[in-house]
Amino acid sequence: MGLEEKLPSGIMLTTVEKLAGYIRKTSLWPASFGLACCAIEMMATTTAKYDLSRFGMEVFRGSPRQADLMIVAGRLSNKMAPVLRQIYDQMAGPKWVLAMGACASSGGMFNNYAIVQGVDHIVPVDIYLPGCPPRPEMLIDAIIKLHEQISDTKLGSNRAQIIREVEAAALAAKPVHQITGLLA
Amino acid sequence: MSFDPYASSRETTEGRVYSVTGGDWDELSTEIGATKEERVVVNMGPQHPSTHGVLRLILELEGETVTEARCGIGYLHTGIEKNTEYRTWTQGVTYVTRMDYLAPIFNETAYCMSVEKLLGITDQIPERAQVIRVMMMELNRISSHMVCFGTGGLELGALTPIFFAFRDRETVLDIFEEVSGLRMNMAYIRPGGVAQDVPADAVSRIREACRDMRKSFKDNETLLVGNSIWMKRTKDVGYLDLAGCMTLGVTGPILRAAGMPWDLRKSQPYSGYENYNFDVITTDTSDAYGRFLVRLGELEQSLRIIEQCCDFLDKLNGAPVMVADKKIAWPAQLSVSADGMGNSLAHIREIMGESMEALIHHFKIVTEGFRVPAGQAYAAVESPRGETGVHTVSDGGTRPYRVHFREPSFNNLQSTAAMCEGGMIADVISAVASIDPVMGGVDR
Repeated sequence: MGLEEKLPSGIMLTTVEKLAGYIRKTSLWPASFGLACCAIEMMATTTAKYDLSRFGMEVFRGSPRQADLMIVAGRLSNKMAPVLRQIYDQMAGPKWVLAMGACASSGGMFNNYAIVQGVDHIVPVDIYLPGCPPRPEMLIDAIIKLHEQISDTKLGSNRAQIIREVEAAALAAKPVHQITGLLA
Repeated sequence: MSFDPYASSRETTEGRVYSVTGGDWDELSTEIGATKEERVVVNMGPQHPSTHGVLRLILELEGETVTEARCGIGYLHTGIEKNTEYRTWTQGVTYVTRMDYLAPIFNETAYCMSVEKLLGITDQIPERAQVIRVMMMELNRISSHMVCFGTGGLELGALTPIFFAFRDRETVLDIFEEVSGLRMNMAYIRPGGVAQDVPADAVSRIREACRDMRKSFKDNETLLVGNSIWMKRTKDVGYLDLAGCMTLGVTGPILRAAGMPWDLRKSQPYSGYENYNFDVITTDTSDAYGRFLVRLGELEQSLRIIEQCCDFLDKLNGAPVMVADKKIAWPAQLSVSADGMGNSLAHIREIMGESMEALIHHFKIVTEGFRVPAGQAYAAVESPRGETGVHTVSDGGTRPYRVHFREPSFNNLQSTAAMCEGGMIADVISAVASIDPVMGGVDR
């Protein structure tokens, strides 16, 4: 994003990575963006019984420009999809997306003309949370797992290296039609 | 590169730099000055923290006065009605429960009542099942009104009500979880009765919860009733008189706040509501504050009904909760165990080890479902937002030919223009919050 991406690989970069990861994970600002049933459970997560403020992130921002975590809570219709993308584009990086619930993750039980079959068709998703709707404890668990993911994020040349390795592994992987297993 | 009014950019040696300081006001004001009309059209939503879900409001403003207000809906259209046409009558419950997601039990009950009407078994539904339905509906009314207070408060800038409201909502949701296994979207009411009986110790716990809630409801009451800020934001705001309500087909707390004691529980009793003592709460202020008072009053009435349900449940202990006709009833008693809800182990033993006929019957009714005589039926219940009606059409098959919902949120939402036009823009928020639309119900 900035200067830290231009550091040479080495101790300096890994130190900056750790520091940036720690700071980023402890100051996540979710956008208040609710779609359907899951949004009610998301609200319940912020209230007294589950108390998301224990993780320093109870302040849901009304404007996506002030937020860096988008919790896609609910089913995404085709009509809403461009709006979701616009909101995502308005968020300043680095930013993360949490697909909350079965509908956001895969379309869930609504395999029909109206619902996008998973928000990963529209925005890159960092963590998927199953459930219909997931309990508030499950949302908290997903957020903690996302925190771990964020604090382990590599930067600059280290990140480029990982991307290269992942791509090489994907190219070397056996094509799906050649995979044999229990069912083939 | 095209000009971006939100982020102009310039090329530097480090690459392109965007500045997000906003538009050029001089340019904007000369542009506005050039047009003859002084109206500004403001688009609010679909992603706006104060529009109650993915509602989009298109407001034409003159200064801060709203001259025209229109609703843009459909951002949560899910195709639920279409989906039910491809599933059995029993599976339909799983879909309709996700329509108005704050009042799942009401959707289920209305749907099941119309299916039962088509089957002609309305009078065969066991009494205990009816009592459980009433109890679950009234608990659901409390949890739904609590979300209304909580989000309504948030939308008007009051942060405290949501903490009290969701505390009480959690009390209700714990009961739901104990009875049905789920907090939301329970699919608990089934054609012919309910999915399973309430657990043995649940009734005493519900009584206890009623006592607790009666006390804890006071928190929001003392916080908001007579609160000068709350009054200023809601009193004489979102005015819609009885004539307006009747013209627009508005039901529920909005209609009752206009002075008409129209409540389907009293005027067209169903599920045995005629056996319960409760009052229909009305006010005659026709404004957002009146609607708030109606909802507040309904909480106490719901508690009264739930307590009477508990007495009935004690009397009817051990009675069946599903219709006796084995061609319709789910073949197994369901039970909740450590890994969720499923068929009881006794039933699994019977079909897998003892009776081939039982296995065949189970397989047929679970996979194919039951046939419903051709025809059409309409059934309606009084949901927290008004009349939830279901029109089902059957062609005689195992799946619905059509399921249409008359969602109160949808009908009530069309009163937005009548409530908001001529008022201030800030009052639009109060008005919409007092309608309490649930977009899942509006768009389905």
